[in-house]
Amino acid sequence: MRAFRLIKPFVFIAALGPLAYLLIAAWQGSLGANPIETITRSTGLWTLRFMLITLAVTPLRRLTGWNGVISLRRMLGLFAFFYGSLHLLTYVWLDQFFDWAAIVKDVAKRPFITAGFSAYVLLVPLAITSTAGMIRRLGGRTWRRLHRLAYVTAALGVVHYWWLVKADIRPPRNYGLVLAALLLVRLYVSLKGGALRPSRRAAASTSPR
Amino acid sequence: MIIKRALDIRSSEITDENLYLRRREFMKAAAVPAVAAFAGLTPAVALAAGQEALPNVRKGVVTLDEALTPWEDVTTYNNFYEFGTDKSDPARNAKNFRTKPWTVKVDGLVNKPGDYHFEDLVAPHALEERVYRLRCVEAWSMVIPWVGFPLKDLLKRVEPQGGAKFVEFTTLHDPKQMPGQRVGVLDWPYVEGLRLDEAMHPLAILAVGLYGKVLPNQNGAPLRLVVPWKYGFKSIKSIVSIRLTAKQPVSSWQKSAPQEYGFYSNVNPDVDHPRWSQARERRIGEFLKRKTLMFNGYADQVAGLYAGMDLKKFY
Repeated sequence: MRAFRLIKPFVFIAALGPLAYLLIAAWQGSLGANPIETITRSTGLWTLRFMLITLAVTPLRRLTGWNGVISLRRMLGLFAFFYGSLHLLTYVWLDQFFDWAAIVKDVAKRPFITAGFSAYVLLVPLAITSTAGMIRRLGGRTWRRLHRLAYVTAALGVVHYWWLVKADIRPPRNYGLVLAALLLVRLYVSLKGGALRPSRRAAASTSPR
Repeated sequence: MIIKRALDIRSSEITDENLYLRRREFMKAAAVPAVAAFAGLTPAVALAAGQEALPNVRKGVVTLDEALTPWEDVTTYNNFYEFGTDKSDPARNAKNFRTKPWTVKVDGLVNKPGDYHFEDLVAPHALEERVYRLRCVEAWSMVIPWVGFPLKDLLKRVEPQGGAKFVEFTTLHDPKQMPGQRVGVLDWPYVEGLRLDEAMHPLAILAVGLYGKVLPNQNGAPLRLVVPWKYGFKSIKSIVSIRLTAKQPVSSWQKSAPQEYGFYSNVNPDVDHPRWSQARERRIGEFLKRKTLMFNGYADQVAGLYAGMDLKKFY
């Protein structure tokens, strides 16, 4: 597990890469003709990507038997929340410039924004209950049940993307296929009577500090 | 005390005044490639320098008291799905697109049908510069100095017959050159249409250039339509066919999503796209959104075309 001490900070820094890229591009003025659109797209895509990466952690552990990877899951999930927050902030601040009337109308009237906004709202309780203290307070079972919302929020993220595109549905479809694969792995395992969550012993050794 | 003042600058070294007065232009021109290389953005800038200038363009035919969208933005931010669905794709993928030779088929209900060479099609018309707003259905906009000639002048030349009520335009279909056409994102080739009276409106033009230069490939070279009071996708690019018909054509976007894109597709802040608002737009280069104008600001000129029509129904 010593390698893990190095992997975690490495992943942390790598996960900040997309933000660093945007900041550098903004500073250089190379965000393109429509910088606000570029920022919105990028933060949105990375939210979805981190959701899918997070959902890949458990199957990955199952496949590789590498239990240590689970300690990255919370951090990766929080990065999904982080980029989701930036995405929402970009929309509210840069895109709509705090025009609350327009924002309320958008959320209520435009299905793709309704889906995206719901996805974010569902991420909030997951982020809040991500601490060790909250896991203890809720109890493992309740916590796990609550965190199944991650599947819903990821699906809403795909729908949000799908409903946004004009004609080229290939990119949202590809994300949808990845999500479907990740969910199918879980279905397969649960049908076989197995559990994707760690055995008691493994859980004890990797429980959050 | 004797001050010896030599004439220490030879006259041959003195910069010509004209050149001196243009030094900022020169500095800009020299700086652009360096900046571009630094930012990793070479293609469009290089193109601007390489793009051939159009001779004898009558300036100031239609002007606008709004800032022009810079050449770089006009030529790197394009919806031209034939070259890819990302707006940065066309500038990259259209670089080697061949626009010479180019033939435009004019047929249907006209007295003078035929395959016109691009040069023969354009030659009889005086080129003029027209500064128009361009409003994309995606709620962004630009101000572009097009170079072209009124579509009505061409239509008059080919003599529409009495039964002609619509004009149908088609883009080149060449998947070898147009990688976007290898994917069924839209039903290729791209088709657009206008009612004949819309096509005969003096604001509707066929463009062969912008910023006084030959139309860059990613902007629809060599010949494109510009209908400034309609959403951008109506202004079909790289036209190979102009057909006069009695029946209303079905445009590509109409075919793809009829509930979202109508035949008319006039810019209208009061009729939203089913999935987003059309009330405001982001002018490229501006931070705050601006209000979208009825008929994109050309209501005084074109509203009469739609008198008595329910624009919510005929969107």
